[in-house]
Amino acid sequence: MKIDVDHHAGLPGVFMRVDGRVKINARHLHYRELNNMIKGAASEGVEEIVVENVFGQRYIGSGIRRPVRIVIHGVPGNDLGAFMDGPRITVDRNAQDGVGNTMNSGLIVVHGRAGDIVAMGMRGGRIFIRDGVGYRAAIHMKEYRKLRPVLVIGGDTQDFLGEYMAGGLVIVLGLKGGKGKRSRFRARHIGTGMHGGLIFLRGEIEEHQLGKEAVAVPATQEDKELIRPFVEEYAGYFAADAASIMGSDFLKIYARSHRPFGGLYAY
Amino acid sequence: MIGRLEGLKSYLLPQFLIDRDDYRCIRCEVCARQCAFEVHWYDEEEDAVFADESKCVGCLRCATLCPTNALVVRHNPTQHPPNANWTREVLQNIYKQSETGGVLLTGMGCDTDYPIYWDRIVLDASQVTNPSIDPLREPMELRTYLGAKPDALKVGRKGGKPSLETRITPQLKLETPIMFSAISYGAISYNACESLARAAAEAGTYYNTGEGGLHRNLYKYGEHTICQVASGRFGVHADYLEVAAALEIKIGQGAKPGIGGHLPGEKVSAEISRTRMIPKGTDALSPAPHHDIYSIEDLAQLIYALKEATHWSKPVSVKIAAVHNSAAIASGMVRAGADIIVLDGIRGGTGAAPTMIRDNVGIPIELALAAVDDRLRQEGIRNRASIVVAGGIRSSADVVKAIALGADAVYIGTAALVALGCHVCQKCYTGKCNWGIATQDPYLSKRLNPEVGARRLVNLLRAWSHEIMEMLGGMGINAIESLRGNRLRLRGVGLTREELDILGIKHAGA
Repeated sequence: MKIDVDHHAGLPGVFMRVDGRVKINARHLHYRELNNMIKGAASEGVEEIVVENVFGQRYIGSGIRRPVRIVIHGVPGNDLGAFMDGPRITVDRNAQDGVGNTMNSGLIVVHGRAGDIVAMGMRGGRIFIRDGVGYRAAIHMKEYRKLRPVLVIGGDTQDFLGEYMAGGLVIVLGLKGGKGKRSRFRARHIGTGMHGGLIFLRGEIEEHQLGKEAVAVPATQEDKELIRPFVEEYAGYFAADAASIMGSDFLKIYARSHRPFGGLYAY
Repeated sequence: MIGRLEGLKSYLLPQFLIDRDDYRCIRCEVCARQCAFEVHWYDEEEDAVFADESKCVGCLRCATLCPTNALVVRHNPTQHPPNANWTREVLQNIYKQSETGGVLLTGMGCDTDYPIYWDRIVLDASQVTNPSIDPLREPMELRTYLGAKPDALKVGRKGGKPSLETRITPQLKLETPIMFSAISYGAISYNACESLARAAAEAGTYYNTGEGGLHRNLYKYGEHTICQVASGRFGVHADYLEVAAALEIKIGQGAKPGIGGHLPGEKVSAEISRTRMIPKGTDALSPAPHHDIYSIEDLAQLIYALKEATHWSKPVSVKIAAVHNSAAIASGMVRAGADIIVLDGIRGGTGAAPTMIRDNVGIPIELALAAVDDRLRQEGIRNRASIVVAGGIRSSADVVKAIALGADAVYIGTAALVALGCHVCQKCYTGKCNWGIATQDPYLSKRLNPEVGARRLVNLLRAWSHEIMEMLGGMGINAIESLRGNRLRLRGVGLTREELDILGIKHAGA
């Protein structure tokens, strides 16, 4: 599909080409104008798009199918990277709800916290959130063949983490203020309706915090090798101490069955 | 203490009895080979064919294919003690649940006898004044465009010629106001999907993928495909969004308003797994709500997410089950940016739904349609979205009445499957459909040849379209557009004042 580069593209101060990169000043831009510019630049084959003064514009990264780098200065709006297929997004501050909604591939790195339903229905790619996230993170995350989504959360999460989770890997580090200190994990209904995938939690939880479809066991050394590359990647983005994180105990949470409702019906 | 009772004699009576005329029976064993429920078998020693009637679902595959008409399948006439309250259905359901501990499951649409308002509404025809039109001789327009219409059209001049200045948002173009309802690959076989896709392409209309994703082989029919985005987001990826002619957010379904769905793991075959993009053998769970939609504002967010992801190139539809306050919800849907809103009534079909939900939740589509159309008109936003209705459209007359009540077009699901051979036995959820429709068993699904299936569907649409033209012509109308929301051409028969008020029609004679 051909994308028309918006008329703003020629306006000085709004859309600029700097050293082979594109720089967009998002101040006062409607998301539709902003995304039109980003898509236009991406379709021209630009490698990096820096967007400044982002203030709640939604759907950034949606509808782009190239591995273009998008650097966001400011707070992007809901559904950052929804249905995304390729771009690599960095956010220098917090993100809002729906980060990586139904995302297929690409990378999102948030230097702050994110709101509810991070990685909802995510099928591929990686998301790194430096701090905590809201409710229902990784809800209905799934995996398919080579596609295996990874969500790493540096802080903690609210309730219903991994609800309906069908695949993929979620790692919750429980770091407070980036200092590597363990915190008690308070979310309830973890893994409710879970029927696939794995959640690794650094820290401890009580039995009642777990959904009845999920099982939690201490992670073995072998289990931890599975998450090491992603913890190291997290540490690389946010200057955390990977060795000390990996030195602590993790819980591995998995689905009791991949057929949670198999016996529910009268045939 | 909970669990299926094994090895005990069931208290359930066979629903059907099978009478075999031994004189006619030639022992060809067609019945035995055709029945996936394993009702019939041939005993070589006795040279006779026997039946285990407790397994019979009444799909009539055997009786239809028996070359000598030796089989009669009939309702089991055994009578329970007469009781208007504790009927046969009620008792049998309790026996079944006490033996299994399970939720009652069923397929197809609600079969209880709520009023069917289509059958209480009659159409007008011209007599003497405003002469009727013969569609065989005169032009007759059934073409329908679905999508948001502007509040006003601005026409300017370009190079001395009139030209349209108002930008029209993307529209679906239908040659007849009938589309095929959302039925997923998984609920029905690949051959059934291909039949629907080919028929939609040939007839100039659309079919809907349901929430099971789109098989790679069917991408070539993309221009006639409405791709659904449901709460499970199965098979939703960039190619799927791009290939579709329109996208439909499924909030609800008439057969099971308010609940999600489970495609049991045993139906998630290798092919289904590829299309839904989930591992083989896993339960495919569709949560009851979309967890990114808890409000009208959230709905707007997903509508615009889909528009943004597809560069504003296609209409976005939103489908809900018809429920008590549909009118207010529909107003919200239109304001949230839906280009098409779909209402699915209580008689809407399904591959599997809990029986109690199917038969007790939701409202008849006729009442929902009238209420929604009224509400959108009162609020002055009727033009901003097209209305499509589904759930129990059985004939061209139902289509004409729906359009006169205010619909832009209809979806047909059950009627389309019946055209493919479905006998409405309501056992879709077993996956053993002997007609090759609601099954993933290759032995069964090859019974439905997609080429023949597509022809049957195209024939049905052609026949209905012609009937619609005849009815329009009879009213002196030469374009379906002139009938839309034209409730003066409808009259009620045997309806109460309240029903007439909601439907916005007069009683016959008035």
